[in-house]
Amino acid sequence: MSKLKKITGMNLFLPVFCMILVMLVNVIFDIANGNFAFNFFTISLRNGMLYGRLIDILNRGSEIAILAIGMTLVVSASAGTDISVGSVMSLAASFCCMLLAGYGVASTSELAMPLIIGVLGGILMGCVCGAFNGFLVAYLNVQPMVATLILFSAARAIGLLLCNNLIVYVRNDSFGFFGGFLGPIPTPIVIAALCILVMSLLLRYTALGLYVQSVGINKKASRIAGINSAKIIFLCYIVCGLCAGIAGIVASSRITSADSNNIGLNFELDAILAVALGGNSLGGGKFRLAGSIIGAYTIQAITTTLYALGVSTEQAPVYKAIVVILIVTIQAPPFKAFVKRLSAKRELTKGGAAA
Amino acid sequence: MKTKKMSSNTLLLIITICLFFVMYGAGCVMYSAKGFTHLQTFLNILINNAGLLCVACGMTCVMLTGGIDISVGSLIALDCMFLAVGMERWGMSGPLLCVLVLVIGIVFGLVQGFCVGYLQIQPFIVTMAGMFFGRGMTAIISTDQVPISNEWFVGLANKKIQIPFGAYTNNKGVLQVPYIRISVVVALLVLIIIFLMLRYTKFGRSLYAVGGNEQSAIMMGLNVPMTKLKAYVLSSFLCSIGGICFCLNTMSGNVQQATGLEMDAIASAVIGGTLLTGGVGNVIGSFFGVLINGTISTLVKTNGKLLSSWSNIAVAALLCFFIVLQSVFAKIKERK
Repeated sequence: MSKLKKITGMNLFLPVFCMILVMLVNVIFDIANGNFAFNFFTISLRNGMLYGRLIDILNRGSEIAILAIGMTLVVSASAGTDISVGSVMSLAASFCCMLLAGYGVASTSELAMPLIIGVLGGILMGCVCGAFNGFLVAYLNVQPMVATLILFSAARAIGLLLCNNLIVYVRNDSFGFFGGFLGPIPTPIVIAALCILVMSLLLRYTALGLYVQSVGINKKASRIAGINSAKIIFLCYIVCGLCAGIAGIVASSRITSADSNNIGLNFELDAILAVALGGNSLGGGKFRLAGSIIGAYTIQAITTTLYALGVSTEQAPVYKAIVVILIVTIQAPPFKAFVKRLSAKRELTKGGAAA
Repeated sequence: MKTKKMSSNTLLLIITICLFFVMYGAGCVMYSAKGFTHLQTFLNILINNAGLLCVACGMTCVMLTGGIDISVGSLIALDCMFLAVGMERWGMSGPLLCVLVLVIGIVFGLVQGFCVGYLQIQPFIVTMAGMFFGRGMTAIISTDQVPISNEWFVGLANKKIQIPFGAYTNNKGVLQVPYIRISVVVALLVLIIIFLMLRYTKFGRSLYAVGGNEQSAIMMGLNVPMTKLKAYVLSSFLCSIGGICFCLNTMSGNVQQATGLEMDAIASAVIGGTLLTGGVGNVIGSFFGVLINGTISTLVKTNGKLLSSWSNIAVAALLCFFIVLQSVFAKIKERK
């Protein structure tokens, strides 16, 4: 009993447990279909590129992982979530493609501008959106989710405006690189790994992580202790916007176009789910980046499995919404108190029987 | 003569009402050639936004408790799809389906309200899950565009209630009598009932008490979780009524229907002077918020050259402006 408790009490228990569960479902599904049992884990090399379901999950999960980095910081510092990330992704993609193709051009194979300007422009757009959210939350004390609700609906509309209501195609190999392959490895995996590396180095070698957590636990006390709380929250939102910008570029590069209505659709749910699944409290305070990252890939594994089971893209949110509610219910204080009371009662009856 | 000191909240409401008249007036001046000055234009705003008005009333009640409900848009999509598929594919009768839709709304609200009130989960997380759940359920029912051709429902939708004044002859020499639809009557009834409820009933007052200060509401002996639960049930119920009104306009079920409606409803309530922190607000303000919303989209449509996303951006900008205004007022109050 105590050993079980020790395992379930471990830091990364929840995300790792879910990951193993999803893998088991996949193995069972493969066996039921008469496939090779460990089809899920096989990785092969075709045409000099890596193939396999694991690689696919790592590849498709890159955007969620990148978003989860920013979302973790935002949740930790401000006890609220940024629901605009999906829309900001699409805005960054639209802006990037507009710069590369020129305003009002629907399809092009020639770049109107050097690639780097378009990409940096898109990422900068993400930062600006993040700064807007951060300003509202940190300096005007607006509730985080209401503040981000503005961009949640406006960013997509602005993206459509930038693209003149068109889907802008940039059919150029250099632009497709970010969603393509770097040697045998898909580029998104490399980009996600780089982002994770930079962030974890930042958290390890600077006091940023400590500051963010202390602001999240008690904003006033941190201010009295000499931390500029508002500035930290502002910074977190900019980082979140930056991550959304990078994710937007990757997503748009995958399809070499800017589809304002569909890029980043429902990604806010995935990102928040990743943070919650990673064992981080949505009430702010302490956070674990590793948990969020594992959570992000778990979400993608769930999504891929759902698709494999024949659930359509539009229906998938139902299952994810149920998972979200279950996770936050488990985290809720009244539920914890209820479980505690239940187990105490059981102990009591056990003790009574022994006596 | 006694002069009452004006609070910042009444000031917000007055700004809103002025804004509406200025905007409508500007529309009348700019587009008088396109018939903006006729009474029917104003009635069309009401007809087009009847569903939104119901939703905004419910949203106001939830926001009074300090919560928020962003599941309304997808709940409306679910309602419309249920109505459409129910009538066209399952062959069920119209009135029965309408009742079923209301029941769906109540159940939806019960689950959300339980999570918010009794489990103390953040309203935003709960209703966001509700938002995705509703949209997904709509897709599970059907992913097609399902038009409604049920006789009873079409009759209901086409019923015109004529108004005895404001008639005019159009440029073809035909007398046009201004009219409203059934949905407008329903929406205005909802508005009046909610207004009276908030003002004179125990439940209405306890909504304000819970939103104003939860701690003191508990100490006063109010059942706070129950009040919150009721607020969410009310919101989802009104949203279902709004869904039927909405369906009377669109006459179809579609997965992508009413996307961003939650944003419009929240914007209407906020523009109408409901505080996001709860405890302050009024459905009359929300009514003017809805009218402003409708005027913006009518202006964009009448112009004809602007992209439809402009109305989205304008509403978002307005929402942003009023949120900033609220927080500035709150800061001034704090300093006092």
